[in-house]
Amino acid sequence: MSHHTATDLDTRKIAFWTFIGSECLLFGTLISTYLIYEGRSTVGPTTREILNIPITSLSTFDLLMSSLAMVLALAAVSRGDVLWSRIWLATTAFLGTVFLGFQYYEFSSFVHEGLTITTNLFGSTFYTLTGFHGGHVAVGVLLLLTLLVRSFQGKLGPEKAMNVEITGLYWHFVDVVWIVIFTVVYLIQSG
Amino acid sequence: MNQSHSQPAAHPSTGTYLAIATILTIITLVEVGVFYVELFAPVLAPVLLVLSAVKFSLVVMFYMHLKGDHKLFTLVFVGPLLIATAVLVALLFLFGVFVLG
Repeated sequence: MSHHTATDLDTRKIAFWTFIGSECLLFGTLISTYLIYEGRSTVGPTTREILNIPITSLSTFDLLMSSLAMVLALAAVSRGDVLWSRIWLATTAFLGTVFLGFQYYEFSSFVHEGLTITTNLFGSTFYTLTGFHGGHVAVGVLLLLTLLVRSFQGKLGPEKAMNVEITGLYWHFVDVVWIVIFTVVYLIQSG
Repeated sequence: MNQSHSQPAAHPSTGTYLAIATILTIITLVEVGVFYVELFAPVLAPVLLVLSAVKFSLVVMFYMHLKGDHKLFTLVFVGPLLIATAVLVALLFLFGVFVLG
């Protein structure tokens, strides 16, 4: 089935870039809300007291490496290398799951230290922002696992490389959003 | 040559991907280093924002392939990104997080 416009561009790819554009507005709003309300909490814990920079640096590195695995998966699928496409797709999904593990650990330790989504404005905006991001990572992991299953079904050849590229666009977008969150929410606010 | 219908546009080589990953790792290390060095405290925010912007751009240009892809994709991404940034800055001024003068 053809997916092309008069510009000879794939319509699915145009649609997906448009979706990513709309996601910029979503995360822009969430980050704005966090920055506005984060410092207005009347009770603790606050940003400086609770954020764990070493752990978050590790999860940031993990997500950056998952983006590398994703582009290597796309390259492998494009050249018809079945084995390496599976290895890199599985690696990307694994690193995404590790990131979610880091987030689970972080949320658990924050709750243990008394910060829930209802504790103060910092908690409300922090959990909403990072929770939305984590939800996006979870969706990305599901998309990657779906591609992996399709590969094992023998339905992920080079002719399906666009499907991998679109999943990759989503995955990298989740990565760039985290690049911003790591800087703005963690490093600058804790500094 | 026309862009092939089901094939992605020409993408960077594996070597380029690895080089970008190395640069991203180094920048992340620098970010964390800057965070812990007291000397950078007065300029922490601008330094970190510049480093973050470099990382953001590298991922978008090379891993999301905007550098070699059709300009329309850049347009539909950068347009909303600029609007989001403008809204963010406007809201921060409106709510007194940023203050002029």
